[in-house]
Amino acid sequence: MKPAPFDYRRPEQVDSAVEVLGTLGSGAKVLAGGQSLIPLVSMRLAHPSALVDINRLRELDYVRVDGDVVRIGALARHARVLADPAAGAAQPLLRQALRLVAHATIRNRGTTVGSIVHADPAGEMTAVLALLGGSLRVRSSRGERNVTAGELFLGPLESDVRDDELAVEAALPVLPPSSGTAFVEVSRRAGDYAVCGVAAFVRLKDDGAVAAARCAYLSVAPTPLVLELTDQAADPRAAGEAARAQVQPEADLHASADYRRALAGVLTERALTQALAAARASGAAAA
Amino acid sequence: MSTRWFGQPIPRVEDERLLRGAGAYLDDLGHDALAAAFVRSPHAHARITDVDVSAALDVEGLVAIYTYDDLPDRLAEPLPLLIPHPTLTHGRTPYALARDKVHHVGAPVAMVVAEDRYLAEDAAERIAVRYEPLPAVVGIAAARAAAHLVHEDVPGNLAARMTQSTGDVDAALAAAPHVLSLDLAIERSASTPLEGRGVLARWDAEARRMRIWSSTQTSTGVRAAVAAKLDLPLVDVDVITPDVGGGFGVKIMHPWPEEVLVPWAARLLARPVKFVEDRREHFVASAHERGQLHSVRVGFDDDGRLLGLDVRFWHDHGAFIPYGLIVPIITSTQLLGPYKPGAYRVTFDSLYTNTVIVTPYRGAGRPQGVFVMERVMDAIARELGLDRTTVRERNFIEPHEMPYDHGLVFQDGRPLIYDSGDFPASLAKLKQLVGWDDFEQARETARAEGRRIGIGLACYVEGTGVGPYEGGHVVIETSGKVKVATGLTSQGQGHQTVFAQIVADELGVPLDDVEVVTGDTRRFGYAVGTFASRAAVMSGSAIALAARAAKEKALRVAGDALEANPDDLEIVDGVVRVVGAPGAEISLGTVAVLSNPLRYAFDTAAQAATQFASGDPAKPPVPEDDEPGLEGRDYFSPMQSTFANGMHAVVVETDPDTAEVKILRYCVVHDCGTLINPRIVEGQIHGGVAQGVAGALYERMAYDDAGQLQNASFMDFLMPYASEVPSSVEIDHLETPSPMNPLGIKGAGEAGVIPGAAAIASAIEDAEGIVLTSMPISPSELWELRRSKETG
Amino acid sequence: MSELIDVVLTVNGVPRPLSIPARRLLSDCLRHDLRLTGTHVGCEHGVCGACTVLVDGLPMRSCLLLAVSVEGNDITTVEGLAEPDGALSAVQQAFRDCHGLQCGFCTPGFLTTVTAGLRDNPDPDEQQARDMIGGNLCRCTGYQNIVRAVLRAAELAR
Repeated sequence: MKPAPFDYRRPEQVDSAVEVLGTLGSGAKVLAGGQSLIPLVSMRLAHPSALVDINRLRELDYVRVDGDVVRIGALARHARVLADPAAGAAQPLLRQALRLVAHATIRNRGTTVGSIVHADPAGEMTAVLALLGGSLRVRSSRGERNVTAGELFLGPLESDVRDDELAVEAALPVLPPSSGTAFVEVSRRAGDYAVCGVAAFVRLKDDGAVAAARCAYLSVAPTPLVLELTDQAADPRAAGEAARAQVQPEADLHASADYRRALAGVLTERALTQALAAARASGAAAA
Repeated sequence: MSTRWFGQPIPRVEDERLLRGAGAYLDDLGHDALAAAFVRSPHAHARITDVDVSAALDVEGLVAIYTYDDLPDRLAEPLPLLIPHPTLTHGRTPYALARDKVHHVGAPVAMVVAEDRYLAEDAAERIAVRYEPLPAVVGIAAARAAAHLVHEDVPGNLAARMTQSTGDVDAALAAAPHVLSLDLAIERSASTPLEGRGVLARWDAEARRMRIWSSTQTSTGVRAAVAAKLDLPLVDVDVITPDVGGGFGVKIMHPWPEEVLVPWAARLLARPVKFVEDRREHFVASAHERGQLHSVRVGFDDDGRLLGLDVRFWHDHGAFIPYGLIVPIITSTQLLGPYKPGAYRVTFDSLYTNTVIVTPYRGAGRPQGVFVMERVMDAIARELGLDRTTVRERNFIEPHEMPYDHGLVFQDGRPLIYDSGDFPASLAKLKQLVGWDDFEQARETARAEGRRIGIGLACYVEGTGVGPYEGGHVVIETSGKVKVATGLTSQGQGHQTVFAQIVADELGVPLDDVEVVTGDTRRFGYAVGTFASRAAVMSGSAIALAARAAKEKALRVAGDALEANPDDLEIVDGVVRVVGAPGAEISLGTVAVLSNPLRYAFDTAAQAATQFASGDPAKPPVPEDDEPGLEGRDYFSPMQSTFANGMHAVVVETDPDTAEVKILRYCVVHDCGTLINPRIVEGQIHGGVAQGVAGALYERMAYDDAGQLQNASFMDFLMPYASEVPSSVEIDHLETPSPMNPLGIKGAGEAGVIPGAAAIASAIEDAEGIVLTSMPISPSELWELRRSKETG
Repeated sequence: MSELIDVVLTVNGVPRPLSIPARRLLSDCLRHDLRLTGTHVGCEHGVCGACTVLVDGLPMRSCLLLAVSVEGNDITTVEGLAEPDGALSAVQQAFRDCHGLQCGFCTPGFLTTVTAGLRDNPDPDEQQARDMIGGNLCRCTGYQNIVRAVLRAAELAR
């Protein structure tokens, strides 16, 4: 389990990183935290011809709340995002999700943007981006573009970030007033990829009725699945039933398809219950 | 008064070095060595039609590539069948490198030697092996059906069928008022030490000597195997066991292909060569265990007493059977636990499959046997509406029945006779510890809160300290320091500490003056190995005997010097003195000087032993029945194993929605005879319990039908983290000394793991009201069982 | 192909100039290039934690880092944990006091992890102690005495 040889570049600036990626062509991979990439390279399951190490791009090491958007630079480690008080206050789902990402040691190196680009359907941050309707800013020598969550996830471990592009920033909306979120999951061991996980978002009207509710699902579909549950969310149990009817998970080593579907229902109920409580608390605090 | 060390929970002498990162594990050695990597089969069963190495030849740093055709003489023969047994009629063992067929994914096909492991893997990746896939036999059902054969010349995939019995089972079952039938399964798992296997070899061409370091549980076993395979005199082969990062059974298997190939290559290349197994290789190239299917018929009376027990089981031993029938023999005998079975008959088939070989993993067949017996006990209790502990109590062997002869033959070829144990007392302690009789109240309280909890228990008896023997050597140096050696190896059990405790007491020397070496054939050449919870029993006893021999001589020599009767002498803090005569004393170091008549004084103290300073001119300097030096060497070879026992109780909570299982309490009552170091024994229990929990709830080897191991990584093979084990393990000890050895000890290394699956199954069953017949169980599986129950 | 890159790694406070291929994992570099073999390799895919070292004080898996990538960072291995006078650190001492190790192979990863963990939370309760070691595998101890060692280390440090 030792990596095969690869060309290695360690640019100091985003511009040069983008330039290097443009010249290397397909087969080059961006090395950010490397917590998912390096095992694949060590097992020789991935054979990148070159790694472009972005760990020197200090300009991308940021988390900031910019009006109604939380911006996470490509070099911001999970641990840093998790610990950022402003980001956590502006969008509580970040913390709720990040504490479930692997173990603390992995979060010290892994980057939030990297895990989004990695597009693992079991990854918490992909679900967060999908649920909140965030986006990813990518840059190449051809210019810069925004990829919305809806466009980004093409399949398992496949995102719409091209070989010559560098994802520079993820943007997530801050939590609107009278809203709440929650993230619950069931994993075999603490820190493992979830057998099933649910992220929930709820927004309430002034009268306390549900204005909007939706849930995003881990490990039940090839890409993060988002279900619109506004009509059912006032009764989380009914919402769970609705979710159960809509997901089409597959079996794997750790769970049957039906068990996963049942979990989607149970966890929908739990997540919505928590998110509703948070939304009500948020509304009460505002009032 | 000197301290008595035996029985004290002292900190370990091993630790300081390990805590500073100054341990010396296999891959910490041999920085100058070449690295070996292996091309391994991606197929479970295939014919090799071509091996093309041409693309690898220009890899930078490549030194050599070897395939089967390169192997000379005895290295080209199959690896040894280590433990032949008369019923093992179709024993097959692998070649060190695949000859023309591969029989499991991970089988070594070619060895690459290069300047470092990166380069070796570069070359290995470029070796093109052409395979013609053959149908794979995976799982017990396929092996039994035998639609395809793992070995063409082994009909029915059957290596051995073995039966043992006492009494007339058929008659007993026919006459029994109640008869139940159960089918029970345990899946495969594996030892999975954090350090994989590894071997380093240096050939000294001038001295014509081979020196090998192996991460093994038997250095003498490796030594004998390498000497035989490489046609070297045994005296010219040294095998040294460095620090070993865990074994748990897998490293008692030997010689692994790499263990003979690496020394062979080192001699051929005249350069040191090292192989360090990586984690992926460990999953597909090192041994597994536990996979068995059992079919039981049990007859019992209205009180739940066993009248007859008929057990048929099938053991999946993988593609080859180098370690023989040890695991299924243990299941077939240790299944009986603390109970009298009435008439008993057990028959097992040991079956080939196209999977990794099976050799003992901590517990070695006992977790399966205990699972079977304890499921039977629970089934009887359910059938008769009796408390589960009542059924067990009624079937216990009583203390007054010890020693108890089951009328069967154990894994060591000796009669299965329990030497001691007080099972009713153990169960009483366990019930007290876990609060068995108050549990219904707790269950009701939980139910009122919408929670489901359950309690379970399981009992076991474990034959420990199997023969044939171990030895010990104790030398008192002229410095007064005591150097101890025993041949078996250590993998974290704290042998250096506990053996030093024994010697310090036996000799009357400070603990700090005792240094123990294990697993180094240069220091002690006769040994068997570390397995079957035997190190403390066997080497501990041998070392005690060796220390007594050294002490006897010390007293004799000191008696001469002090002009006292040796019977009037004692040794305290390294000083021999006449009891009741203050000032009449001599240090052990000086006694060591005097014990070795010298011509040449190497220091001032040694002058006392030279020919003009000492000795009776009328006698030879070394009497006829004596030897120079102050040392003792002795061996311990008991008639049979000594039997430890224990009982575990566990309380679980199951999530009504997600079917997740949480262990709320884990209680252990444990009897391993007298304790040398209670802290170390508790540590062994803690670790065993974690592995028991792992085997009950997390770990399995998931092969698909093609024989691909689908979870060959720590991502998917779910070894528990701290978050998955019980937050505390409550332990109560019973000390029933063994009459089988001078120290009264029984083995403790494996105990913790043995009843885990059985106790947890019992508790989940109790919480859920669903009968469990197979372990491990995942939340998904429990959920599916609930659904089957609901839908009838 | 295996072009060498000149780097200077700072390990346990000492600058160590090296010429290594880009693909050299930090774990291998520490062990085989710098002969700091206290850092152990148990899985090489980032799950077991035996190879955990501190990078700028934060625990990270050295098997998931390229050595060339951590040039300029301060790396602390188990060999760098003892007190300046050579005494065992509180964490090391606590592992000894509590029998927190058996085979010792995973231990260096626990020691580095706990060293950093207690710096962030010097007074953990039992659950926090358990969480602190939640990403490290041990096959010998069942973790019971490791949790105790974390609590004991906190006590010793006070």
